[in-house]
Amino acid sequence: MSRSYLLRRITLAIPSLLAISVILYTILALAPGDPLGDIATNPNVPPAVQLALRAKLGLDDPIWQRYLHWLVAMLQGDWGFSFTSHENVATLIMQRLPVSLALFGCSEVLAVLVAVPVGVLGAARPYSLFDMITNTIAFFGFSLPTFFTGLVLILVFSIKLGWFPFVFESNVTAHGLAWWWIEFKQSIMPIAVIGLFQGASLVRYVRSSMLDVIRLDYVTTARSKGIGSRRVLIRHVVRNGLIPVVTLVAVQLPQIFGATIITEQIFRVPGIGSLLISSILAADTPVVMAVTFVYACLVVLLNLIADMLYVWLDPRIALR
Amino acid sequence: MSGSIPASPSVEAIGPAAATAPRATAPLSPSREAWRRFRKHRLAVISLVVLALIVLGVLAGPLLWPTPIDAIDFTSMLQGPSWAHPCGTDAIGQDLLARLMYGGKISLAVGVAAMLVAVFVGMLIGAISGMASGRLDAALMWVTDMFLSLPQLPLLLLLIYLFRPALQSVLGEQGGIFVLIVVVIGGLRWMPLARLVRAQFLSLREKEFVEAARALGASKLRLVVRHIMPNAMGPAIVAGTIEVANAIIAESTLSFLGVGFPPDVPSWGRMLYDSQDYLQIAPHWALFPGSAIFLAVLSINFIGDGLRDAFDPRRVI
Repeated sequence: MSRSYLLRRITLAIPSLLAISVILYTILALAPGDPLGDIATNPNVPPAVQLALRAKLGLDDPIWQRYLHWLVAMLQGDWGFSFTSHENVATLIMQRLPVSLALFGCSEVLAVLVAVPVGVLGAARPYSLFDMITNTIAFFGFSLPTFFTGLVLILVFSIKLGWFPFVFESNVTAHGLAWWWIEFKQSIMPIAVIGLFQGASLVRYVRSSMLDVIRLDYVTTARSKGIGSRRVLIRHVVRNGLIPVVTLVAVQLPQIFGATIITEQIFRVPGIGSLLISSILAADTPVVMAVTFVYACLVVLLNLIADMLYVWLDPRIALR
Repeated sequence: MSGSIPASPSVEAIGPAAATAPRATAPLSPSREAWRRFRKHRLAVISLVVLALIVLGVLAGPLLWPTPIDAIDFTSMLQGPSWAHPCGTDAIGQDLLARLMYGGKISLAVGVAAMLVAVFVGMLIGAISGMASGRLDAALMWVTDMFLSLPQLPLLLLLIYLFRPALQSVLGEQGGIFVLIVVVIGGLRWMPLARLVRAQFLSLREKEFVEAARALGASKLRLVVRHIMPNAMGPAIVAGTIEVANAIIAESTLSFLGVGFPPDVPSWGRMLYDSQDYLQIAPHWALFPGSAIFLAVLSINFIGDGLRDAFDPRRVI
C-alpha cells in the first residue's frame, strides 16, 4: 500500500468528520429550548444580567462563529461537564470507552467466526439442505431484535438456569484465573447477542460473495488442473471471496453500534452506550452530544481502517 | 447484400427464440409472472399469510376482544395466560391481549409511515441524482454516503430527545411523538434506497426504449415518470418492504430504551420496556410483545425476499 493512498484516504475522512460535526451542531442549534434553561425563565434574574450573560457566553454571535467555538473546544478535548454528575465529560467517556470497544471487538470476532465457515460451506453447495437450513436460520437471526434476544437469554440462562449473572459487574475484585472466569461468565451473553445478530446478516453476504467468485474461470481452471475441491475452496475461492466482505462489515458498522447500545443497556454494561441512554433520560446534553460525536468518529475511523485493509488485501484498488 | 446484414445479429437471432421458447402456454402479464415467481418461495407465501393474520388481528381483533387497554384491575396483577386474559396481565392488571392489539396498530402504522418517508426521500434523491449527472450527482451521492456513515441509533435518540417537547406541545402528546418518530426514522433510512434508485436510473436512461421516447419528444419529466420510474420500481418495492421491518425494529428499539412512546401508548417496544423489571415473575409479559415484533419482522423480511425473486427476471428459480 502506497503512502500516497493512505494520505489521500485520510484527507477524505476529514471532510466527512467535519460534515458530521456540522450536522450534529445544526441539530443542537435547531433544537428548541434556551441553552440558559432556568435562568432565561427565572423572573428573579434581571434582563440586563441575562443579556450580559448571553453576550459573555457568545449566544448572540452568528451561528458559524458559535460552531467554530464549539468545534475548537471539541478538538481540544474540552467537552464540558456533565449536568448530572458534574464530572468532566472527556474523562467520563474515557472511563467507559474500553468496555464498549472490548464488547464490540469480541462480538465482531464471534460474528466472523460463525459467519465465514457457514457462508462458505453454504456457497460450496448452493441450494443444498445445509444451505437452505442455514439461510433460514440467518433470516430468523437478523429478524430477532437484539433487545428481545437479550431478554430471552436473561430469562433462560440467568433466571431459569442460573448459569450467568444478568447484571454486569464493573469492579471484579478477584485476580488471575478467577477474574477471567468471572469476566467470561458475565460477558458471554452480551457478546452472544451482538455477535449472533451480526453473524446472521453477515452469513448471507459471505455466501453471495462466495457465489460470485465460485463461478469465475480461474476456479474452473484450478479444478480442471486436478486440485482437490477443498483446496480450491480454501486457497482459491475463500481468499478472493472474503475481500468484499471487509467493506460490508464496515458498511454495517452504524447498525452494529446500535446493537451494542441496546445490549449495554439490557445487561447494564458500563460502556458509552449505556452512558448515552442514561444521559438522554436525564437530559444531560453535554454528555449526549459528546457520546454521539464519539460514535460518529468511531464509524469514520473504522471505515478508514476497513478501506486500508481492503487495499492491503486487493492492491488493484489503490491504482484506480 | 444490401440490407441483409442485421444491425445486431445476436438480438435478431436470439430474440424471437428466447421470447417464444419458455412460453408454451398463454403469455403471462408482468404482474402474473411476478406472482408466479413469488409463489415458488414457500416461506414468503407462508409469511404473507402470517402477516395478513397479524394485520387482521390488529385491526379486527379489538372488535372481538373489547376489553379496554387501560382497564386497571388490581385483583389480577402479573397473571399468566388464562381464559379471562389470554395473554396474561401486566403489573397493574391491564389486559395484555388488548394492549398487544393496540400496540400492533401503532408499530405497524409507524413501520409503514416511516417506510413511505424513506421511500419518498430515497426515490427523490436517487432520481435527481440518476438523471442529473455531473456535479449535482456527485454532491448528492456525497451527502448520501455521509448519512450512511452517521451512527443511526445515537442520532435517533439525540433527535428525539431534543425535539420531543416542542413537537408534543404543537401536535399533542401522542401525535407529536408519532410524527417525530416517523420523520426521524424515515429521514435516517433513505440512503440505501437512493443509491439503488440512482443505479437503476443510470442504467435505464441509456436503454433503447428511453432513447425512443426521447426521440419522440417526451419531456424529461415524462421520461422519468412514465418510462424510467416504472421500470425502477421492482428493486424499490423490495427495499421498501424490508424498510417496513427495519422501521418496526427502530421504533421498538426507541420505545424499549424509554425514549419512544409514552407509557399510556403501549407499542410493542414500550411493553417490553415496561416488562423488563418483572422478567423473573412474569416472563409472559415480555415474551408476547417480543414474539409479536419478531413474527412481524420475520414475515416482512421473508416477503421482501420473495418479492426479490419475483421482480428479478434474471434470477433463475
